[in-house]
Amino acid sequence: MATTTMSDFRVDPVSGLKVHRVANKLVQWNAFTAVVFLLVAGLFGVLVALTRMPSVQLLPPELFYMALTAHGLVGLAVWIIFFEMALIYFCGAHLLGNRIATPAWAWVQYWLMLVGSALVAVAVLGGKSSVMMTSYPPLQAEPHFYLGLILFAVGALIGCFVFLGTLTVAKRENTYQGSLPLVVYGALIAVAIAIFTILSGAAILIPTFFWSIGLISHIDPMAYRVVWWAFGHSSQQINVTAHISIWYLIAGLVFGAKPMSEKVSRGAFLLYILFLQLGSVHHLLSDPGLTSAWKVFNTSYMVYLAVLASMIHGLTVPGAIEVAQRRRGLDTGMFTWLRKAPWGNPVFSGMFLSLIGFGFIGGVTGVVMSVEQINMVIHNTMYLPGHFHGTIVSGTTMAFMAVTYYLIPVVFQRKLALAGVAKLQPYVFALGAAVFGIALMGAGTLGVQRRHADITFAGQPLAYEYPEIAKGLMDLGELFGMVMAVGAIMFIVVVLASIFTGERIPEDSAPWPKVQDADAIFEKSGKKHIGMGGFEAPGTFVLALTLFVTIVLYYFINFKYLSSLWTLS
Amino acid sequence: MGTSYTTPTNPHWWREPIERTEIIWITLAFSWCLFMFGWMIAWHWIGNQNMRNEAYTTTPEKYSKKLEDQAAKYAVRKDASMPTEDVIAPPPGSDVYLAGMQWQWRPILELQKGQTYRIHISSLDVGHGFSLQPENINFQVYPGYEQVVNMTPNKSGTFSIACGEYCGGVNAMGHHTMLGRIYVKE
Repeated sequence: MATTTMSDFRVDPVSGLKVHRVANKLVQWNAFTAVVFLLVAGLFGVLVALTRMPSVQLLPPELFYMALTAHGLVGLAVWIIFFEMALIYFCGAHLLGNRIATPAWAWVQYWLMLVGSALVAVAVLGGKSSVMMTSYPPLQAEPHFYLGLILFAVGALIGCFVFLGTLTVAKRENTYQGSLPLVVYGALIAVAIAIFTILSGAAILIPTFFWSIGLISHIDPMAYRVVWWAFGHSSQQINVTAHISIWYLIAGLVFGAKPMSEKVSRGAFLLYILFLQLGSVHHLLSDPGLTSAWKVFNTSYMVYLAVLASMIHGLTVPGAIEVAQRRRGLDTGMFTWLRKAPWGNPVFSGMFLSLIGFGFIGGVTGVVMSVEQINMVIHNTMYLPGHFHGTIVSGTTMAFMAVTYYLIPVVFQRKLALAGVAKLQPYVFALGAAVFGIALMGAGTLGVQRRHADITFAGQPLAYEYPEIAKGLMDLGELFGMVMAVGAIMFIVVVLASIFTGERIPEDSAPWPKVQDADAIFEKSGKKHIGMGGFEAPGTFVLALTLFVTIVLYYFINFKYLSSLWTLS
Repeated sequence: MGTSYTTPTNPHWWREPIERTEIIWITLAFSWCLFMFGWMIAWHWIGNQNMRNEAYTTTPEKYSKKLEDQAAKYAVRKDASMPTEDVIAPPPGSDVYLAGMQWQWRPILELQKGQTYRIHISSLDVGHGFSLQPENINFQVYPGYEQVVNMTPNKSGTFSIACGEYCGGVNAMGHHTMLGRIYVKE
């Protein structure tokens, strides 16, 4: 059994956390690598955006398809999953005052993921693997494309088991008493989903690799999609679970907040494990050969129980902040707690913009587009990139950026450099992502298809022109894609400047006082009740009702449009 | 005491009552979930836009043969804007075969408004996406699978079929130039 001594740890002066130095190094490397890949994803994103602007059309089609393949893989997988590795190590070690289990295996995770990414990069940049991140057969990429993905996934799987081992160590060495903190519990749920996800990925990518080297003669294109999406969609559910854990974490860090109800928040996380994976069927709603009963049951996540979970978190996260703010003394009016929130602190503003963006842009549209019939007017249109930038960019990436601003002092022991840029960054990025998403969804609603190098069909005798407004929306959306890129670059510059040139925080001095628990302040105040009209979080309730009305209206608008189309039976 | 990132201070946290804000929201949200589930099922009866659960396995060779037979029976003219292409005018109610291939939808169809056709869709090579414009009706299309949808055009005019699934391509032609056409007569 490994023995640990006190010098393996330091007490972080900023957070008060007991930090295992080896775990910290792993968090640093995974987070840093993630940010470098975010830069790569962003640069390919700029090339994609400038090509999809009908008035610019930067790249010729072959280069466009290569850039789009690279952008999808690096943005959806490499950046996000490296960051998630940093996040689960932080939750398992830092938050529990714990050492990381088997650091050697954790380094295997890191290097396998890096080598895997490099192999995929070589394949894609070679130009013969422009098969998009979905790589649907019979389109075929080079063998090392699939091999790279497999190595990357094996690395991530090892990371998941290191996390589970780390939790076991914490339990055995009694670094915490009672139940896991909610945030760590959320990370555990994310890891459970990740294991399912990666095994599904293995089930399809390994045979596809054998097919690419000629050992298997045929991959059924539909079987591929059914299994691939168990991997592709579930991987996005890891992101949702991870970024919701970050929302709770930041509510605790910035406001000293605790969940309104442990039972409700944990129950909602549990619903994710039970039902989220069914959602992979969202991608198969317009496919032949699958019955409506199967589609309806699965696409609803069994009566929308995973949607229910997200709607619950959508209330309980801002609700926890509102309750904490009221307990801290801001117990007047409906929205005083929100108005007086630290909007200049990018940890908070990034988190709250992520919450709003994910709920109103990614969430509302996700619920509506995954209705069996509505999907027919949305499937594979530009609406999809619009929607999933609402989830992955406005939601997940924004939340990961927000928590990075917190990790810089705690994990990298540096003060944030370029604080003025950091303060503005969440607003620029969120604005860019929001308009980008909404404009692309508008274009998709008007028929524009996704993954097209040229939406004017130039050179085709059977000409077709999308409505002028659709082209205008593409120009507008991609212009705000540039704004989003500027926001991403601001983030990357702040991170790199902080890590390499930021003022070092000595181990024994706290640059600012730790945020007190809202409960402790409340107890001292001697007050008994907070809130209005019997509601502890009335402002949040009003915000949640706004989301509710938006979903209901948008749902019926789509059915109204659907009912005007050709009869299909 | 406690925060979201520390252990719950009450070891029996599952016995704590749930506050009113959460109870009401959960009730409201779950009611909407039940409604959405019911509505999706109900639309199969009350709505006119549903997919048909009818599909067959096939092969590109078999499907090509059906296209040839169809052309022999129902070809009415060459298309004005693309003289290499047949225009097929099948009688209402009949089986109509449409195929995606790199990088064209074939054949060009001529249908009548208000009449119902059994439209079969398949692919002769890689995956494609049937995307009827400007209606914006979209289906996934695979080689080896033949899907059947009953379609009744409720508008007349010239409709295009774009490709919704990336299907490869080079600079001059590819996924981004793939089109087909359906004429709907009054």
